[in-house]
Amino acid sequence: MDIHSYEKIWLVLAVLLIAGFVSTVTYGATAVGVQMIDDDGGTIDANALDEDPRFGNPRVEQVGENHYAAYVVAQQFIFRPDPITVPANSTVTFYVTSPDVIHGFEVVGTNANTMVVPGQVSKLTVTVEEPREYGILCNEYCGNGHHTMEGKLIVQPEDEYAQGGSTDG
Amino acid sequence: MAEALDAGAPSFRDRFPDEAAVVRAALLSSFIALTLGAVFGIIQGLHRTNVLRVLDSQFYYTILTAHGVLMVVSFTIFFLVGLFTWATVRSLERPLEDIRYTWAWYGLMVVGTLMAVVAILGGFVPSVDISADVLFTFYAPLQAHPLFYGGLAIFVIGTWLAGADWFWSWYNWKQAHPDERIPLQAFMVLTTMLMWYIATIGIAIAVVGFLLPWSLGLIEQVNPLLTRTLFWFWGHPVVYFWLMPAYLLWYTVLPSLAGGRLFSDPLARVVFVLFLLLSTPVGIHHQYVDPGIAEGFKMIAMTNTMFLLLPSLLTAFTVVASMEHGARQRGGTGLFGWLRALPWRDPAFTGMTLAGLMFAAGGFSGMINAGMNINYLIHNTLWVPGHFHLTVGTAVALTFMAATYWLWPRLTNRQLYSRPIALGQVVLWFVGMALMSNAMHVMGLFGVPRRTAEPQYQGFDFVASFGSITELRIQLALGATLLFVSTLLFAANIALSSWTPTVSGHGHRLPDPLSGPGDSPVVLDNLKLWFGIGMVLVVLAYTLPLASIVQDSGLFGRGIDAYPAMIETPVLLEGSPLSLAEPLASKVSAMLSGVIS
Repeated sequence: MDIHSYEKIWLVLAVLLIAGFVSTVTYGATAVGVQMIDDDGGTIDANALDEDPRFGNPRVEQVGENHYAAYVVAQQFIFRPDPITVPANSTVTFYVTSPDVIHGFEVVGTNANTMVVPGQVSKLTVTVEEPREYGILCNEYCGNGHHTMEGKLIVQPEDEYAQGGSTDG
Repeated sequence: MAEALDAGAPSFRDRFPDEAAVVRAALLSSFIALTLGAVFGIIQGLHRTNVLRVLDSQFYYTILTAHGVLMVVSFTIFFLVGLFTWATVRSLERPLEDIRYTWAWYGLMVVGTLMAVVAILGGFVPSVDISADVLFTFYAPLQAHPLFYGGLAIFVIGTWLAGADWFWSWYNWKQAHPDERIPLQAFMVLTTMLMWYIATIGIAIAVVGFLLPWSLGLIEQVNPLLTRTLFWFWGHPVVYFWLMPAYLLWYTVLPSLAGGRLFSDPLARVVFVLFLLLSTPVGIHHQYVDPGIAEGFKMIAMTNTMFLLLPSLLTAFTVVASMEHGARQRGGTGLFGWLRALPWRDPAFTGMTLAGLMFAAGGFSGMINAGMNINYLIHNTLWVPGHFHLTVGTAVALTFMAATYWLWPRLTNRQLYSRPIALGQVVLWFVGMALMSNAMHVMGLFGVPRRTAEPQYQGFDFVASFGSITELRIQLALGATLLFVSTLLFAANIALSSWTPTVSGHGHRLPDPLSGPGDSPVVLDNLKLWFGIGMVLVVLAYTLPLASIVQDSGLFGRGIDAYPAMIETPVLLEGSPLSLAEPLASKVSAMLSGVIS
């Protein structure tokens, strides 16, 4: 097959570019440890969340020295608990599920972003730094009140958090 | 000008009047969908930016569903079947085998579209129990009226039969020309259709196997992750189904408009084969942030996706090289000076070129989407519609409109009503989209969500790291308005062309490529081989993820009830969703039995 020499150069550069993209993502996932949402969260009966020890009472709880778990229910058209309160400079693992339709869980302005699918538990771990408030919104259409579905993530100073304890939904 | 040189040659309409009638019907259906879609588009663009809200926000999602379905299913695919019919007939130089069969599949597509549109528009009439406020992606457990799923199924069957029509033509052509290479346009049509047959397996299973029986109340539950994954099995390759007709035009028509010839026929074939192989085993890249799918499967989809850049990068080279060749034939010189020698006053040329330019920008934002870890920042934000309004909304849509200015006179034997308006229209589209898409991308970076009627919240504000959200909203609304005006100019120009005087001799022979098919290996034309490899890649990419979803959460899911997206449903559900789902299912089946009997 007759390929023009300029076209050959272009072809080689294109393949190098693609290899570069694949490598950066692979590097991010393996060496840097950018965690992906995957099937770690497991599955759940969407009609029986009330009986589930985690989602029956959506809450934040301490699970390690500086590690907190937030059990969050995304439902038409609220998030529970609201607000989600965690201490500054900690690691937070969100477990999010839905009793009704597909929702999104997006901490606004950050890369904490997951789909919430009924029957599945989304698990994502983030680190929070200095105290501040973040908005949380649903970024998947979930019904005619979708645009009202919002929540709040409050990162409290550690001492304040220790006094107040975890927030129940 | 190429057209002047060929004046006097018989046009497509002169040579194939019956086929030209089908092509015109398909293109007109496409333009009706485009115009309606644009009306819904402008309502949305002004509503979500809070410039003008004519309807209550609960209707926003009905409008959004109508905009999505009309634009990306009806407008694009009706244009495709028209263009592919034209391309098959003109490149094989033979009439279709049986024009009644051709009208039959066109009729099926029209019926399917009308069913879906009735179901969607029912959402505006709360007193009617018909609605389909499920958006273009119809993720279960959001539920639409069975007319919606049924219409979609009939529409897709229509496209399958259309593909069979073109294969039929090719098969008979081959009997008469046993040793010839498949003409390039026919090759593009056939490889695209093979890709489509593979891709639609996903949507056929999702709709006919699960969603339609579920909406009829025949099965109680579906597994939302499974139907969603099957949706994206089809949902990504469908973007290449939109794009391939534009590629066909860029490869086979644009070089001639530039006054030159296609640079390389063999590379064009390689590109279409790569799309056949790689379009489908990538759908999971739409599900990077989905639970229930292992990271390994996402990595495989990501790698395949990145390799899909290759055929597009090759296309960029070939198309630009062909244009440069054309410009130099027209007397252009210099490193970049040849650009001045291109026929910028020709709306077909300028529109397609601007579309290609914007596709490059869309390609860059697509690379961000494809990057699994960066995607977290922009997933389901306004960035994503910003991206696909560059790709399907410009690379495809603007190419179709521009190509129509060239093709329509050949199908009607009439002059275009106004070339200056046409030129203004394509430039207006480019400017409007530059504004709208830029605003969407930037707002997406600040976390503004897509698919949301009022992205203004009680508890927090979006923080813009540069510019301001208000300014971006105005930019978006302005862009949307320009696009709407541009669409109206297009529709009016085509409509007014029905009354221009008839002219004979609109024929336009498309010149042969610089490097012809003889230079390429014969194996490229082995369609069975490529279809086989394409199927194997899909089986490899999808068997394990689908099996693991079914194993983890069941074929029909556990405890997941339908959410009937009916307008009269209270905003905050009282009682369990089940109590709403059951009466709906019975009402629907009662209504359907009424329709059938």
